[in-house]
Amino acid sequence: MDDRFATAWARLPDYLSQHVMLSASAMALGLLLSLPLAILAYRNVAVRWPVMTLASVIQTIPSLALLALFYPVLLALSAATSGLGLQFSALGFLPSLLALTLYSMLPIIRNTVAGLQGVDTDIREAARGVGMTSRQMLLSVELPLAAPVIMAGVRTAAVWTIGTATLSTPVGQTSLGNYIFTGLQTENWVFVLFGCASAAALALIVDQLLALIESGVARRERRRVLAGAAGLALGVVLTLAPSLAGARAGYVIGAKSFTEQYILSQLIRDELNEHGLSAQRRTGLGSSVVFRALAANEIDVYVDYSGTIWAMQMGRTDQPARGDLFEDMSAWLLETHGVRALGPLGFENAYALAMRRDRAEALGVSSIADLARVAPRLRIGGDFEFFGRQEWAAVRDGYGLRFAERREFQSTFMYRAIADGDVDVISAFSSDGRIAALDLIVLEDTRGALPPYDAVLLLSPARADDEALIAALEPLLAPSRSRRCARRISWSIATPISVASVKRRRPWRVRPGSIKRAPTSPAPSPPPLRSDGPPLHRGSAASLARRRGVLPSMRGRICPIARRPSRRASHLSRAHR
Amino acid sequence: MSSPAISLRGVRKSFDGGASFAVDAVSIDVAEGEFLAIIGGSGSGKTTTLRMINRLIEPDLGEVLIEGQSAFALAAHELRRRIGYVIQGVGLFPHLSIAENIAVTPRLLGWPREQIEARTRELLDLVELPAADYAARMPAALSGGQRQRIGVARALAARPRIVLMDEPFGALDPLTRDTLTSAYRALHDKLGVTSVMITHDIQEALLLADRLAVMADGKLIALGAPADLAGGDAPPQVRALLDMPRRQAKRVRERLADG
Repeated sequence: MDDRFATAWARLPDYLSQHVMLSASAMALGLLLSLPLAILAYRNVAVRWPVMTLASVIQTIPSLALLALFYPVLLALSAATSGLGLQFSALGFLPSLLALTLYSMLPIIRNTVAGLQGVDTDIREAARGVGMTSRQMLLSVELPLAAPVIMAGVRTAAVWTIGTATLSTPVGQTSLGNYIFTGLQTENWVFVLFGCASAAALALIVDQLLALIESGVARRERRRVLAGAAGLALGVVLTLAPSLAGARAGYVIGAKSFTEQYILSQLIRDELNEHGLSAQRRTGLGSSVVFRALAANEIDVYVDYSGTIWAMQMGRTDQPARGDLFEDMSAWLLETHGVRALGPLGFENAYALAMRRDRAEALGVSSIADLARVAPRLRIGGDFEFFGRQEWAAVRDGYGLRFAERREFQSTFMYRAIADGDVDVISAFSSDGRIAALDLIVLEDTRGALPPYDAVLLLSPARADDEALIAALEPLLAPSRSRRCARRISWSIATPISVASVKRRRPWRVRPGSIKRAPTSPAPSPPPLRSDGPPLHRGSAASLARRRGVLPSMRGRICPIARRPSRRASHLSRAHR
Repeated sequence: MSSPAISLRGVRKSFDGGASFAVDAVSIDVAEGEFLAIIGGSGSGKTTTLRMINRLIEPDLGEVLIEGQSAFALAAHELRRRIGYVIQGVGLFPHLSIAENIAVTPRLLGWPREQIEARTRELLDLVELPAADYAARMPAALSGGQRQRIGVARALAARPRIVLMDEPFGALDPLTRDTLTSAYRALHDKLGVTSVMITHDIQEALLLADRLAVMADGKLIALGAPADLAGGDAPPQVRALLDMPRRQAKRVRERLADG
């Protein structure tokens, strides 16, 4: 608890700074667009209806969807304008800014129009009667009189914007939402709470300062207005200081939205830092988003899985041998996207179907073929991606699977659902620590419907020949040992290591911020493995960390552990992701 | 003789695309320094007529001349800065102080600051609200009668030679109203302005105005000094209108005697 709180606290300056930068920019842009639009709508009835309707429609789009929509739009736009020498990032700040700006507009427009319409007709007539032009009337009579109502709209918009900005994390913009998304992914509820509380506190403070301005405007007390505005300005400057002080990092590391990827991206960053390269991370990205971002040079490096590329990007359904698949994939990546597959990391992580042991035994199910028999009576749960992927189609058609019910979960809740018996089968990640922790069994894929899933380091076209980067990443690649040993390594690290079991057996604590390199390490003061809070219960990344000497007591033990023969080893090596 | 201060020539206005006319072929000349009252019931077209003088409403047809020049020779807002305008609702700007309200038109005209300040004090004295007490107050802190005095002061601020008034004292209690109407007539004479005032109160019109314009259904049905209109040439409804105060006065006298 204390550790997690301390870690959360340490990240606050960065997250808060980016959150404030994003929401303040969105509000400023929103005001800049909304006020003229509202004035136009107020004066021109023909414009009023479409403007108000459009603003309302935008408001009905779920905020996360709005954020997600801007990514492909910007990507296409960026591609279209790149010929004109105009290139911009379709990820991160820009899509978040645009979505939040649109989101902030309705309350401002609605209140501005209402405020202007509420100005007394006698006053308006008097203003014209004394000889004001429309512009003078608007600036010196109508807007000042409508100001309290407009400010109320601005307050609403500010609170919405600050709250919604937490959803910009999945499109690659750091915000207070990073606490929430990371926390959700790694079951670090302290992070989730911390994120919620900090976003709420920020919204409350801003709301109170705007309330001060609003009351100042309503009572025509300049002091209140100035005090509120000064408070806002000071807050923005103070929170922006951290991001303005440190220059932004050079390399951008991408990560998908599950635990292993969080750890891997940290590992890559630490590795780059160790080589004197600065880097920042964009975590929590969707599978396709992260690949397209790499192809578009939005990010420089990330880890994907051979089977995912094979099925999702290449659209292949055949199942070649592992080595052939890797070669074909590398060639295809380079030719089609200019993306370089630097090499396998030496472990894999597969989609696999898992059931609770007691349930599986009661039904007499040990393989997917067995499952097909009883599936019509069972409920299956998947993460948000699974049912949309080729692999699902392959395994479904390969075994003729039909379930009574199909449900989708955020992956953390998917595991909860199977533990609680809400679903009978889930699409697990074969290396997930929760498989052991929840006493699940992975069903054998006897027909080989699922392709192999070797973790592969991918470089963007722009970085394909970046020697400094490649040199820094080299140590992460699979060590040149015998193929046999490498396969066993891949099994061993695919074996779940739950937090509890690790803690029981090891003197060191596996907690975010607490994992440190041995003091005897020859490397000059390497940065500690600062994780986004994930306990190291995903075997693969944990063992990679071990191999890099981050977890010293495991050094040299990888092969011996791997040599334990197991029935699961044989099917995992086929069904690995 | 110089040209009339205001000249309406055959002005017409329709608000329904020509199906009916709110003001139908009205022609009135108002001489410099004259006090004209336009009288008529609701819907008679009196307010529309008045607003066509300062172009708050643009006529569909006809001419409007201000001091011999077409009202359309200037931009509408420039024309309005030269013509004082007082309305029943007063329309003081609630976010501005009394002094700032009075100073609106001079400021729009770009007068120097000292001149505006001096003029504001002068006007507050003129409407008998001492600057020392009232200049810094907000409109909400005034009574209805005081607000209307400020409305008059604002209309006079830029030294207009013409003042238009749309039932200016209609919402006030009878005593305040009587005081203010007399006070305004005195100001009119002192400043030598031309005034056009709308009222539906014949008594007020008779007491204040040099001439009356009587309107009904968008048409001007009579125009002349009170004595002329009460004579035999006027249409019967006009004579009945002018006779009303006399009948009322008689009844009032009788009732007071009975008491």
